[in-house]
Amino acid sequence: MRLDQTNKTTEKVDALVSYFKVADSADAAWAIYFLCGKKPRRLVKTSLLRTWAAEVAGMSDWLFAECYDSVGDLAETIALILPESERSLDMPLHLVVGEKLLRLRSLSESEIRASILTSWDEMDAGQRFIFNKLLTGAFRVGVSQSLVTRALGKVASLEPQVIAHRLMGHWEATPDFYRALIAEKTDDTDRSRPYPFYLAHPLEGQLANLGEPSDWSAEWKWDGIRAQLVRRQADTYIWSRGEELVTEQFPELALAARSLPDGTVIDGEIICWSEGRVMPFSTLQRRLGRKRVGKTLLKEAPVAMMAYDLIEFAGEDIREKPFESRRALLRQITAGGFFQDIFMVSPSLDFASWEELVDLRQGSRDRAEGAVEGLMLKRLQSPYRVGRQRGDWWKWKVDPYSIDAVLVYAQRGHGRRASLYSDYTFAVWEEDKLVPFAKAYSGLTDEEIRQVDAFVKRNTLERFGPVRVVKPELVFELAFEGIQESNRHKSGIAVRFPRMSRWRKDKPAQEANSLAEVKALISEA
Amino acid sequence: MELLKLSDSGLYCEIGNFFIDPWRPVDRALITHAHSDHARPGSRSYLCQADSAPIMRLRLGEDARIETTSYGETTTINGVSVSFHPAGHIMGSAQIRVEYKGEVFVVSGDYKTDPDPTCLPFEPVVCHTFISESTFGLPVYQWPESKRVFSEINRWWCANRDQGKTSILFVYSLGKAQRVLLGIDASIGAIHTHGAVENINEIYRESGVTLPVTHRVSGERKDDWRGALILAPPSAHQSAWVKKFGSVSTGFASGWMRIRGARRRRSVDRGFVLSDHADWRGLNSAIEGSGAATVLLTHGYTSAMVRNLTEKGLDARTLATEYAADENGGE
Repeated sequence: MRLDQTNKTTEKVDALVSYFKVADSADAAWAIYFLCGKKPRRLVKTSLLRTWAAEVAGMSDWLFAECYDSVGDLAETIALILPESERSLDMPLHLVVGEKLLRLRSLSESEIRASILTSWDEMDAGQRFIFNKLLTGAFRVGVSQSLVTRALGKVASLEPQVIAHRLMGHWEATPDFYRALIAEKTDDTDRSRPYPFYLAHPLEGQLANLGEPSDWSAEWKWDGIRAQLVRRQADTYIWSRGEELVTEQFPELALAARSLPDGTVIDGEIICWSEGRVMPFSTLQRRLGRKRVGKTLLKEAPVAMMAYDLIEFAGEDIREKPFESRRALLRQITAGGFFQDIFMVSPSLDFASWEELVDLRQGSRDRAEGAVEGLMLKRLQSPYRVGRQRGDWWKWKVDPYSIDAVLVYAQRGHGRRASLYSDYTFAVWEEDKLVPFAKAYSGLTDEEIRQVDAFVKRNTLERFGPVRVVKPELVFELAFEGIQESNRHKSGIAVRFPRMSRWRKDKPAQEANSLAEVKALISEA
Repeated sequence: MELLKLSDSGLYCEIGNFFIDPWRPVDRALITHAHSDHARPGSRSYLCQADSAPIMRLRLGEDARIETTSYGETTTINGVSVSFHPAGHIMGSAQIRVEYKGEVFVVSGDYKTDPDPTCLPFEPVVCHTFISESTFGLPVYQWPESKRVFSEINRWWCANRDQGKTSILFVYSLGKAQRVLLGIDASIGAIHTHGAVENINEIYRESGVTLPVTHRVSGERKDDWRGALILAPPSAHQSAWVKKFGSVSTGFASGWMRIRGARRRRSVDRGFVLSDHADWRGLNSAIEGSGAATVLLTHGYTSAMVRNLTEKGLDARTLATEYAADENGGE
């Protein structure tokens, strides 16, 4: 629990290091598993967990709901309302996982109830909280994966990148896995394993600060799904950025990948592509999260990969080679027209000066119905790095759309914002009525959230469960990336990634935008 | 005519022509306790419990007209009997009992039922209508035994001292700071205080509370802060003031620290669950102890309290007062 007793990153790493130094391999493996955000598939329905906790606490459902609404975290709410405990469980983590979590799968509902109630009874408040977190598959304790890799790097005297790579892909939390993870050398037998993604930072400051335009490559920033395609030993694996294996969702890519040489890993963007054109993101959305892709869908929403990097070539990790050389190899293996319309190399844009690049970016919104979100800038001499490191890759998005809208509903947030009204619904005018059209949670500072929270509490007109209807008075500038017509929404429109870009304290509610003005953006797009 | 009702300025007794804890200036204000959301400046005259008066004077100015009364003493105002009874919240804090022609109202102000060596324990007062605060009116708020919390603070301070760090504990300067000073082990190291805390310490000492030795942090002196405990009000957190202490560990002692999200939002290293308000059980036992059939809930989680009491068969309603009940307001 030392992790939760400091707000400082270095101390968190220290706490992890001292844990891993003494931890049993079986426990360490599970600790890493949970710290990396992995979770066993659902062990128990959360609705049952709520009911049982309320029963033990002798509390009615509505009172439990009020508590949950205020705390914002189910695992914590349950830990807080259970009767105080005098006991504390002394059991190694791997046994807790085996006996108290995974074993639940083989039990009937009444046996699960008995098992969980016994566990609560044996544990102190802190243990109950963590146990509930593991049960609900939401174990996050303010520790990022990069802290875990840094700590393990220290324990093993290895570069954090090596650890990050070994943690990619699918693995089982076994003592052997942990030993291999921190071993100096390991015969890497996992052929599906992808590389950690290199992520771009939003461009800051002036373009001229980047130096000479001739040191840089520019390409479109495609609005699709970032993915890594791994082709090894005659098998294909497609990984999403969230490290999920999505091979089966994209059968046409998997089929075409058979023609790629063994020992190839491509980094790129999956997009929908038809008749030489990118289709809008909403088309691609239809393909996501499906176990099976039907024939009609394959025809209506065919995918392709816009490849932009090659990170393994002929079975060799080539991340240290300069971008320029990697691109040359990428063109080489996808050359010859064989992969046309399925693996395309994202074209490099021609520009002689930064001014020309500015023009290209301006024009990018008109391209392909919003399937391009701006530009990517990559330094020609840069290696393929790990994670979000500054300096070599920059994303330079087109300016988002923006609309002034009125705050109409508020709901309490979760996690760090639990108990504060931080989730808002915004409306625009249609004649003299306000029509809700977007929800937004991000963009305000903590101080601003506190101010809005105080406003919400003082200006509630009505309550519907956790939702408060507030006096339509506060105006915010909302920024969003895309806009489309939608018959699922009352307002008739759907926007992408809405967020609050500014609190317009200078504007009275009457001066917020109208629905007609919002709809006008669609034709602009 | 109702004995006490809500007006724009606060809780008003029309028959007696006085207000209790008004938020706007009035002619005559009866004050439950000296926290700034209950004792506001500008009224023509004030009546409070005797131990509250020096703090009121510090905050409202020397010119404020303040009359005092003792716990249990009855004062008659325009035919209405008024008396003050221990609320266990901070030094001098009181519940105010108002009686007219056999009808009794009690206004709780802020209160707690847990022990506190800086003030007399909460005393249940039987009444027909109880006007209760509900700052922590949800079952998730259950206070641990304060003894346990103080030993946690001691352990945290010792560990920091052994690492050569300064411990900064954020506490409300009136009430909480003094309760902490009496609860912790002052032999662990030197204790320094922010001016806002030390001003109140002085008044407590003059009133006969024996606090451990504390040193006011001054602008000029360059002290060695390593191993020391600094008590400061929450407003000093993330201000330039805390920068001078070098390598620090920060803590916050408040009932809000019961919730992890609140702890993280405060960006402190440690949260200690210590409140001068009643927790859910404390609120419910105080309400039960009052024997009141009508309960009016002011600041806090009023709706949960109202529904819960209604289900128990009481006539419970919300009173929309302007007392602070969020994390930014005083405890």
